[in-house]
Amino acid sequence: MVEKKKEKKDPVLAIVPKYARGNAHEALDGVNKLENKKLKGTIKRREKQFKEAAYKAASSELLLTEEGGYLEPEGIEKTYQLTQSALKKEVDISTAHKMFTLDLKFGPYSIDYTRNGRHLLIGGRKGHVAAFDWQAGKLACELQLRETVRDVKWLHNETLFAVAQKKYVYIYDKTGTEIHCLRNHIEVNKLDFLPYHFLLASVGNAGYLKYQDTSTGKLVAEHRTKLGKCDVMTQNPANAIMHLGHGNGTVTLWSPNMTTPLVKMQCHRGPVTAMAIDHAGKYMATAGLDGQLKLWDLRSYKPMQEYFTPTPASSLSISQRGLLAVGFGPHVSVWKNPFTTKQTSPYMSHLQPGSPVHDVEFVPFEDVLGFGHRSGISSIVVPGAGEANFDALEANPFQTKKQRQEMEVHALLDKIQPEMITLDVEHVGKMDKAPIQVINKEKKEAWAAANPEQATELKFKARGKNSSSRRHLRKKAKNVIDQKKVDLLERIENDKKERAKRRAGNPDEPATALDRFSGKKRKL
Amino acid sequence: MKVKVLSRSAEEATRERSNDIHKIQRNLDPTLHPFEKAREYQRALNATKVERMFAKPFIGALSGHVDGVYCMAKHPKKLDWLVSGGGDGDLRMWSLSEQKSIWSTVGHKAMITGVSSFLNGTRFLSCSNDRTVKIWDPEENGTGSTTPVAVYTGKNAFSGISHHRSDNIFATSGSAIDIWDHDRAEPVQTLNWGVDTINTVKFNQTEKNIIASTGSDRTIILYDLRTSQPVTKLVLAMRTNAIAWNPMEAFNFVAANEDHNVYAFDMRKMDKAQNILKDHVSAVMSVDYSPTGEEIVTGGYDRTVRLFNARQGHSRDIYHTNRMQRVFSVLYTMDNKYVLSGSDDGNVRLWKARASEKMGVKDYRERAHLEYAEKLKEKFSSVPEIRRINHHRNVPKAIKSATKKKAIMIQSRKVKEENVRKHTKAENLKERIPERKKPVVGVKK
Repeated sequence: MVEKKKEKKDPVLAIVPKYARGNAHEALDGVNKLENKKLKGTIKRREKQFKEAAYKAASSELLLTEEGGYLEPEGIEKTYQLTQSALKKEVDISTAHKMFTLDLKFGPYSIDYTRNGRHLLIGGRKGHVAAFDWQAGKLACELQLRETVRDVKWLHNETLFAVAQKKYVYIYDKTGTEIHCLRNHIEVNKLDFLPYHFLLASVGNAGYLKYQDTSTGKLVAEHRTKLGKCDVMTQNPANAIMHLGHGNGTVTLWSPNMTTPLVKMQCHRGPVTAMAIDHAGKYMATAGLDGQLKLWDLRSYKPMQEYFTPTPASSLSISQRGLLAVGFGPHVSVWKNPFTTKQTSPYMSHLQPGSPVHDVEFVPFEDVLGFGHRSGISSIVVPGAGEANFDALEANPFQTKKQRQEMEVHALLDKIQPEMITLDVEHVGKMDKAPIQVINKEKKEAWAAANPEQATELKFKARGKNSSSRRHLRKKAKNVIDQKKVDLLERIENDKKERAKRRAGNPDEPATALDRFSGKKRKL
Repeated sequence: MKVKVLSRSAEEATRERSNDIHKIQRNLDPTLHPFEKAREYQRALNATKVERMFAKPFIGALSGHVDGVYCMAKHPKKLDWLVSGGGDGDLRMWSLSEQKSIWSTVGHKAMITGVSSFLNGTRFLSCSNDRTVKIWDPEENGTGSTTPVAVYTGKNAFSGISHHRSDNIFATSGSAIDIWDHDRAEPVQTLNWGVDTINTVKFNQTEKNIIASTGSDRTIILYDLRTSQPVTKLVLAMRTNAIAWNPMEAFNFVAANEDHNVYAFDMRKMDKAQNILKDHVSAVMSVDYSPTGEEIVTGGYDRTVRLFNARQGHSRDIYHTNRMQRVFSVLYTMDNKYVLSGSDDGNVRLWKARASEKMGVKDYRERAHLEYAEKLKEKFSSVPEIRRINHHRNVPKAIKSATKKKAIMIQSRKVKEENVRKHTKAENLKERIPERKKPVVGVKK
């Protein structure tokens, strides 16, 4: 009794489910009925260890020092009325430095942040590309490419980035030197990079989704979407599935292992203009030219909320803590908690006068939203957007050069093979619960695919059907019909019927011991 | 309006001086660590491949014997100590750290059939087919003396010897089991049950007065010295060549059998084997437990050494070389790290007990990494890709073909048995005999 009371008081227990892997109740279901004592003990011991690990992970939350940002209105204040200039007066000087606008003439601009939020890459439509450490204000490189730039993307760290140019995709290093020209990727509109798989995905005017492995340089997969030009693409960060938004209002889900989409969703009544997926891979936000902003549950593929946008949204982004940023016209509005409850007013909003927004993106581990627009790029502060506590072994904003190099090596060693991209990330190592017939059939097919010449030899040869009359027929010219042939065919057909009749026997006749030799199984 | 915005200072998150270590902030939130399982799988795969790449178990051959090595003994307290006896009566003492012979003498006129060490001192015993048992002390007066300290003469040839853990008595096997006192010229006791020849005799090192012996009439007999009575007699389907007591669980022992298997028995319940260790393709000649009681090493007539997890049925590794002949004696060293094999070709070979282990001191990070890798390998051990890599061994062609043939034979026997059962009337159908009871012909108490 005393122990139970103690447990109830323990505040850690409330957060344990967040750290638990799998369902302990499900795993222990029926274990006590097992006859194998050793197995029973092993399962129980393992589950105990898992439980302990989850508890320890939960109790380590105590060590997280930072607290997330917030805006708390007092009285009749509304958070969406707070302008950036008013906010600037409230925050410290280093945060105030994070609100800035760069007036650039080569817009509209696409932007991309590295995974640790430290470095920014911008690409102006008219050929201006710049990479810099935006917090320290250190420029890494600036390029004038003198041709159209449609999208820019960092690769695994800040040393390399890809640019979708007029015809091909190019890879540059941080000094701006051209490293590769990817001639397989033609007229690309949108780039994305899967950091754990080292895959650069691109989709363009021809509607081909291509995956290029940036560690080996191989083109891993090339899928024809058959849905025409595509310029909306985003990755699901939880399972590395690529989502494409198409002109007919569908969103298709792709993995490099299937030539057809894994899922097709009819999301809008017009072209899809923007898409974003949250970090846990649970929710998807899509915007269409039909003026709708829809929020989807990616576990059931069903809409959760529908919002109306006065101007079709041009870009969407979801922050680490679940804020949704919508860029429409010259506005950016940020919504808090839009998935589970229908919101009536935004959390924050911002106007970039006279300059339509092109690309919005939240900065990881910062309360900052960056966006590229027609006349440059801007950065605004959105309290409560970023995850407060980073994990230095995963993405470290204060990474040193040595740490970056070390992390690169480890990332390459841990590179996940493209074959492992599936909708269910927990798939590997799971027990295959399919019936044995299905598993055997799959095995057989895999074997046949691996040994095609042996597989074809195993053809079943029907014997005893090669009578002289049939051989005669075969030798005859196929397209000539004469009376002899017609007679022969008739005879064969009659013989066949006769044989069948004989085999079937007379149903009224009682069964005899000799029936077992007649060839047809009859109930004795 | 209350406002709080994330604002980290670089000073707080980075080190102050270049001598400091870097600050590593962790956040174990699963959403910050995507693809956890896939990355773990990849690490497990890499670890498995690395393990197979570094699997170089052979350390060295200790050469010196002219004839084959048929018996070896380790010291219960000394690591750098090994004694081996050859087929020509040659006795050798080895320094394992230097991998060379430090003392040798032609101690007997015939094949040496057993050597055994004591707990105290550096003396050891040897017995031979020349009907003598001798006590040697190479380090007496620091001279490397080659004259025996004591000689005991028996009536028949001796086939094995084992010394008591603490007392000054030892047991020899031959036509019967003789118990000798150091100070008496004649055996103090003679134990016998049946008339056949006894092959080996082994004192239990924990439960000190229990002796296990194997006879050429396919028996394993246990004696208790306190009552001078036999305890149990077990008859197996085929002859047992060697016995090893579990050093941690005094009531358990394993028997290396002529039928290619090693049987683990509990001396309290001998009606069935507790475990059957399969994989050898010829008679198992020798067996030894690791000092932890968790691992077993066996040497076979098929010219291989196999390592088993004591609680599993199949070997976890196989060691062989081109030149190694029939293995007649194996030992697990007392530091649980090395394995020794003595074979027909006259060499004693030193192997690592874990083929890919890095020897020497490991620092904390390396150890932590290896432990992590070990756990991951265990977690994904049943994934086909990893299992395939982990199980793959290049074995000599003779072993491979014999393994295949044996599998076919066992399978056909099974099929035949099933067919017989299928065509037997229900009332005549005998109950199935569990696999672990099959080798046991009978037990007598």
